[in-house]
Formats: sequence, C-alpha cells, structure tokens
Amino acid sequence: MHASVRPAVSVNITPSQTGAIGRETTTALPMRMNVSKVNFFYGPKQTLFDVNLGVATSKVTALIGPSGCGKSTLLRTLNRMHETVRHARLEGEITLDGQNILAQDVTQLRRRVGMVFQRPNPFPKSIFDNVAYGLRINGSKLPISEAVEKSLRHAALWDEVKEHLHKSAYELSGGQQQRLCIARALAVEPEVLLLDEPCSALDPISTAKIEELLVQLKDLCTIVIVTHNMQQAARVSDFTAFLLTGQLIEFSPTPQLFTTPGDARTEAYITGRFG
Amino acid sequence: MSPRLRWRKFVSGFMLTMTGVCALVAVSVLFFILGYLVYHGGTSINWSFFTKLPKPVGETGGGMANAIVGSAKMLLLASLLGVPIGFLGAIYLAEFSGSKVAFVVRYAADLLNGVPSIVIGIFAYGLAVLPFKHFSTMAGGFALGLMMIPITLRGTEEFLLAVPRALREAAMALGASKWKTIATVIVPAAYRGILTAVLLAFARVAGETAPLLFTALGNRFWSPGWSQPTASLPEMIFRYALAPYEDWHRQAWAAGLVLLGLILVINIVARAVLARGIAVPRA
Repeated sequence: MHASVRPAVSVNITPSQTGAIGRETTTALPMRMNVSKVNFFYGPKQTLFDVNLGVATSKVTALIGPSGCGKSTLLRTLNRMHETVRHARLEGEITLDGQNILAQDVTQLRRRVGMVFQRPNPFPKSIFDNVAYGLRINGSKLPISEAVEKSLRHAALWDEVKEHLHKSAYELSGGQQQRLCIARALAVEPEVLLLDEPCSALDPISTAKIEELLVQLKDLCTIVIVTHNMQQAARVSDFTAFLLTGQLIEFSPTPQLFTTPGDARTEAYITGRFG
Repeated sequence: MSPRLRWRKFVSGFMLTMTGVCALVAVSVLFFILGYLVYHGGTSINWSFFTKLPKPVGETGGGMANAIVGSAKMLLLASLLGVPIGFLGAIYLAEFSGSKVAFVVRYAADLLNGVPSIVIGIFAYGLAVLPFKHFSTMAGGFALGLMMIPITLRGTEEFLLAVPRALREAAMALGASKWKTIATVIVPAAYRGILTAVLLAFARVAGETAPLLFTALGNRFWSPGWSQPTASLPEMIFRYALAPYEDWHRQAWAAGLVLLGLILVINIVARAVLARGIAVPRA
C-alpha cells in the first residue's frame, strides 16, 4: 500500500522532491509549498494517509478525486483552515518557501495563502469594501482604491462593476460574486491561492470565465484548485493529484495523468468507471 | 351527499370558524386595550403632565415630570448594565465557549429570564438597598439592568449563531484574527438582530413595576443625583390607579399612554435603523 501512495513514477526526481512531480520533469521546478507525510484526523477518524505533495511555483495544481476522498481537507491544511474545525488534528510537515507553516503565526500565513470557497461568500458590505477588507484589516499602507481597482481587474470584474462599486455585493450574480471573492483574496497579494471547487455553484458561462481567469492568474501567484470536474482539471491545471479514500494515488503533470495514468485506479476514475 | 361526507364537511367548517373566532378574540383584546388606553389617556394628557410635579394630595392638576425623568434615568442605568454584559456574554457564548459551558450559561439565562420580576426586586433590594440604608435610582436601575441581561444575551446569541459559517471562513482566510473577524464581519452582519434584541429588552423593562417598588420606591418630588428614591412611570401608574381620586386615575391613564408611546417610538426607530445597511440573505 505504501508504495502506491508515492507518485506513480519518480524517475529523475531529486529526493527533496519525492512526491512532487512525475516522470517528465527533468529539471527541478521551484516549489512554493511542500506537503510531506501528512496524516489528518477528525476526532478518531483518519481522513488523510501519509500524503506527500509539492506545489510548483506559478503553476496550477489540481486535486481531483471522488467525494469524500480528502481533497478539500488537503487543500484546507495548506492555509490551516482545518483549525477552525473542532477535533481536527494534523500530523506531518507542510512548508511554504521552505518554512514550516505549522510553526508560523496563522494570520500571517493566511495573508500569504489566500482561499476561495465552494460557494461565493461575499461579506454583507459594498463591492468596494469587500475587496478592501483584507487590506484594511492588515493595515496596508497601499492606497486602497488603487489596490481595489487592480484586484478587480485581475479578477476580470472591473469593467462590470466600476460604475457601482458602492452597491451591495449581493446585487451581483453568482459568477460575479465568485470573481469578487477571487478579487478579495488577490487584494492582499497572496503567494498561493487555494480554490475549493470554486465553480461548483456556478453556471457554465461563469465557470468558463473563472477557468480563463485562473490560467491568467498563474503569473501572479501559485494556484491549487480542488475540483470534482475532471475536464476542468484537464483544462486549467499543469499538475494533477488524484486522491482516493485519503490517499494520494497519483501525482503527475496533467496531460500525463489524463493520457497515460500510471495507476489502474486513476485510469478507472478518469474513464468514469467510478466516482 | 353521504352522511359521512356531510359530517366531515361540518367538522371542517366548524374548526375553521373556531380558529377564526379565536384569532379575532386575540386581536380584539389587543385593540380593545389600545383603544381604551388611547381614549382615556388621550383625554387626560396635557402639557403640564410632562412639565409639572405631582400636586399635594387633594389638589387637582400637576403632572409626572419627575416620574418621566426617573424612568429615563433608571432605564439608562439598566441599559448601561444589561446591554454590555448581555452583548459581550453572548459573543463569548456564540464564538468562544465549548458546548458544555454554553449549555450551562444558556440554561441559567433562560431561568433568570423566567424569574418573576418581584423576586428580582427582592434580590436588588438585598444587594443595592439594604447595605446603603435607603432606596435609590441606582438600585432601581440595577434591578432593571439584571432583567435586561438574559434577554439581551439570548437574543444576541441567536443572531450571532445565525451568521453563516462561510462569512467567518472568508474573513479568517484573509488573515483576520478571531477577534477581528467578530468585530468586522460577524457583529456587523448580525447588528440588526442584535439591536432588535436590545430594544426588546429595553421595552420589556420599561414597563416593569414590581422590581421598582422596593428599590426606587417612588417619590413625589424631583430626585437629584442617583442615590435618592425616585418616581417612575410604571410605579406612578400603580399608585395613582389604586388611589381614590378621580384626578389621579386620569393621570394614571395619561402615564400609561406615555409609556405605550415610548415603546411605539422605540419600535419605529428600530425599524428605521433596520431598514438601512446590507442584510445577509438567507441561505
């Protein structure tokens, strides 16, 4: 069992990157985050088993797998959002730029590792105040209105909302709200952006907009996205990790995982035999 | 039509009529009280009611200026005591406490809420009157404040818990500390409800009489400062309504109307405040 938790093939990978990238990576990619030997428990129930994963800088890493496989749990450990749940316990090490995040101040960490959730969750404030929120609570010295405009442009929302920045965020459509949440997360200039099934509550057109956006955002920050939609993973990501019942089954460059999966279970999943 | 069907139609019609009649009775009692109060109070109220002190026994005229001021002072004290304790306690309950502590505090608050107000009065008497050897505005405010605590606490807690978890997560994912999250997201999202709870508590104690009888006692003159016996509107209604003088009955009605008007104004102000700002849509 243990061997299969490792990436499918680990040829040409230096030991420090074990569990990082599959066989086609010959040069060492810079890693923004590294997850090593992570076990996760909700009370007595273990939901992640010995997970190793590297998140490459300025790339999109997708986590896929059937419901309950632990992909969202894994994502939430990356900015320690799991700590908001009672009785959650994490073992192992997660690093951001080589430093253990578990030993850092959690508010500082979350400023560097932002998150967008499954359902759009704007604050009951104006569009402007939503984006400015992170800057204000962090006492940012930047001129706030410029930073807000920049973030809204990055989130491809500026042209739609520039006329009514002071309207309630709830007057936007679901897709716009989700892009607003992305803008809000981008405003504090995170190094990593985590997205937890960001399109699952959206219509296809809004989904397409957000996918397009993610590809553009790569230059700005490193992205980790959880999705139950394999086509979405194939479209937007550079690397894909397949999880099943809390174990990392396979982790490879996306084209490789979808064309020549190294594990029979991955193949069964991506061809739709289960999940 | 079969007899069975006829019977079923009859039962249905009968029950429908009964519920309608009961609803009508419930509403008409309310309107009867309001109408009676407005009728009697309206014909009795005049400018000197608001500006003059009570006249000596036997003379007609005079007003309840001292009682209006006394009520205002005690309600101010009560709010200063009850609102911060209830509000901050509710934040602790909703955001920080474990389920066991929360259960105990909630249960205690509900019990306190159910304690007859006269018992609260005795308690305040023992704590804020006996040691000082005299009745006072302070003691009356203290008794009313005690009554405001559980209402504010439970109401505020309900509304804090109703704030969606997604909003808390959004704030925390942006690097907000727990306290920042509460101060900048959760309380603003729940403020309409919290305000409603506070005003409800205020309106409830504004009409309380029993706890004031042996804390503030009553006074036919001005009560400067905070440590003398003071008049209050409910207490004046109680005394004047029981008195054998026609003119006093008239003034009791007027006082009732003023009290009702006060609560009405509070309600309108509350609704006006609630209409502003952005509400969290229900999931």
